[in-house]
Amino acid sequence: MKNIMIRRFFVFVFFIYSFNAKALIEVDITRGNLNPLPIAVSPMSIDEESRKNFEKILKKKNIGSEISKIVEKNLKTSGLFNPLNKDAFLQAPDIANLKPRFEDWNLIKAQALITGKVNLINEKLRLEFRLWDVLAGKEMMALAFTTVPNNWRRVGHIITDKVYERLTGEKGYFDTRIIYVAEEGPKTRRIKKLAIMDQDGANNKFLTLGNELVLTPRFNPTSQMVTYLSYFRNLPRVYLLDIETGMQEVVGDFPGMTFAPRFSPDGKKIIMSFAKDGNSDIYTMDLENRIVEKITNHPSIDTSPSYSPDGKYISFNSDRSGYQQIYTMESNGKNVKRISFGKGLYGTPVWSPRGDLIAFTKLHKGKFYIGVMRTDGSGERLLTENFYQEAPSWSPNGRVLIFYRETKTDDKGEGFSAKLWSIDLTGYNERQVVTPTDASDPSWSSLLSN
Amino acid sequence: MKKSRIRNIDQGAIMKLNKIFKNAFLITIACLVLSACATQKKAGQMQGDVYTGKDTVEYLASGVPDRVFFATNESVLTTASRETLRKQAAWLRKNSKVTVVLEGHADERGTREYNLALGERRANAAKDYLMTYGISSDRISVLSYGKERPVDSGSNPLAWSKNRRSVTVKAN
Repeated sequence: MKNIMIRRFFVFVFFIYSFNAKALIEVDITRGNLNPLPIAVSPMSIDEESRKNFEKILKKKNIGSEISKIVEKNLKTSGLFNPLNKDAFLQAPDIANLKPRFEDWNLIKAQALITGKVNLINEKLRLEFRLWDVLAGKEMMALAFTTVPNNWRRVGHIITDKVYERLTGEKGYFDTRIIYVAEEGPKTRRIKKLAIMDQDGANNKFLTLGNELVLTPRFNPTSQMVTYLSYFRNLPRVYLLDIETGMQEVVGDFPGMTFAPRFSPDGKKIIMSFAKDGNSDIYTMDLENRIVEKITNHPSIDTSPSYSPDGKYISFNSDRSGYQQIYTMESNGKNVKRISFGKGLYGTPVWSPRGDLIAFTKLHKGKFYIGVMRTDGSGERLLTENFYQEAPSWSPNGRVLIFYRETKTDDKGEGFSAKLWSIDLTGYNERQVVTPTDASDPSWSSLLSN
Repeated sequence: MKKSRIRNIDQGAIMKLNKIFKNAFLITIACLVLSACATQKKAGQMQGDVYTGKDTVEYLASGVPDRVFFATNESVLTTASRETLRKQAAWLRKNSKVTVVLEGHADERGTREYNLALGERRANAAKDYLMTYGISSDRISVLSYGKERPVDSGSNPLAWSKNRRSVTVKAN
C-alpha cells in the first residue's frame, strides 16, 4: 500500500513569447462541444542516447511517443479536442519543436499543435513542450518539467492540464486519481475492495483485500487521505486511510453505525451520519482536536452530507417531508431549507467545487437520473437516465461528473454488472471509465500538482 | 342507404368485438407464459408489495421464523411481522442466554447511503417490538447492510420484496 508515493515535481516556466491573446484560439467549455478542436500532438522528440536509457529504466521503446499518446488520449476523452492522425504529419518531431511549418499543419486542418522534447539528464526526466496556434502562426505556451523517470505518465497528464487550461481558460483535471470500490462475485455475496487508479485508468491498485465490506471512499481535497465506510468486525464505521502509508483508523468513538463520510473543503473535518435507535443524524468530527458536533437533530433520516467549497453551507439528504429530498443548511445546522421540489425522490447531493451547482441522484418512475441544480434548487437539469445509477463525484474543475451505473439482472438474477461512467456538465460526452473489475462509488481527487 | 349504414355499424361493432377477443386471448397467453417462466410468482407471495412467502425464510427454532418483511421505503411492521416477532420474543424469553443481531436490509431501488439508514430504521422497528415483549435491549444489537446483501439477486418486484427485510441472527 505504501508504494503509492507522490513524488515531487519541479515545474517552471522557461520562456513565454509575448502574444496577442485576442487573436488566439479558445475552446468554449460551457456548452456541449459538438465540433471538437482539431489538434495535432507531435510525438515528443528524443535523442538516441536518452531513448536507449529510458528504454532500460522504463521498459518502453520510445518514451517520447508514449507521453504524446497519453496527451492525445486525455484530449480525446475530454470531448473538447479531436487529436489528428499522426500518419498525416509532415514535419519531423524535433524540427517541429524548434519552429513548426504552419502551412504543413494548416494543410491537415490542425488548429493547434503540441510539440516537445524529452531528455534524460542526471537520471532525471526533463521535458519541454510548446503549444502553437497554427492559424495565427504563433506560440501560445512553453513549459518545462523535471522529475523522476517513473513519473512519465504524470508528465503526460500535466501537459494536458496546461494545454486544457491555456485553451479553455479553466484548470484541467487530468493529473488526478480516482478512488473507488472494486467489486466481484455474485450479487448476494459481493466482495468489495478499495481501489485507486489514475484518472485515465492506469496504475490500478487495490488498497484492501476484500475481507470486509467497504463502501463510499472519498478523497480529502487537500491531502492523500481517504475516508470510507468499512464493516471491519461487522461493525459499520467510518474510517480514515492514509494512502501513502496504508495507516487506517476508525473515526470517532460512536456507539453505533457511522456512515456517509466526506471531508470538509479544508480537509480538517469529517462530516458523516450516525445512526442510532432508527434515527440518522449528521455529525462532524474535527480531525485535530477530535471534537464531535451534532449538526442535525430530527427524527427523520438525515444523510449524505456535503459541504459547499467555502465550508459555509452543507447540503444533505433527508426524508423529513415524508420522502427523500435535498436540503441545505448553514454549517452550524441552522436555517434548514428544502431545495428539491421536482417529481420523484432525490439523493446524494454533492456540492460542485465551483460552488454554483449541486449534483444529485434522482429516482422517478423506476428510473435513476444524474442531474444538477443550482444551490437554491432552481434550474434542475437531468444529464443522464438509466435503470440504476448514482453517486456523482465532481472533477476538481467542476466540469465533469463521474458516477456508477448498474445493469438490471435477467429473470435468473444474472447479467448484473457495475461500471464507472463520466459525463460532462453539458450532458454530452458520456463515457465508460474502464476498470479491471466491476466498480462503484467513485471519488475524484484534487489536482495532484497544484 | 339507411340499411346499409346500419349493417356497416354492425360490422364495425363485430370487428371491435373480434379485436377485444383477440387481445384478451393474447393477454391470457402472456399470463400463461409469465406464470410458466416465473414459477415462484405464485399468488399469495406478496400482499401489496410486502413479501408473504416462505422461500427465503430460515428458522431460529421450530416454528420461529427469522425474518420480517417491509413495504417499499417503509419501516412499519405488518400484522404478519408482529406475529413473527412475538414468536421470536417468546423463544428469546425461553432461551434467556441467547443474544441476537437484527440485520436490516433494503432493496436495490434506492441510493446507497439512504438505504443504509433505512435498513437501520427497519431493524430498530423490529428491536422496539421485541423490547415491548420483554426482551432487554442488552440482548439485541442492530446492524444495517442497506442494499449490500440481497437474498434474491433479481431485479423485479418479487425479488425486491424478499430483500426488504430485518433478519434476527443468533449472535452467540
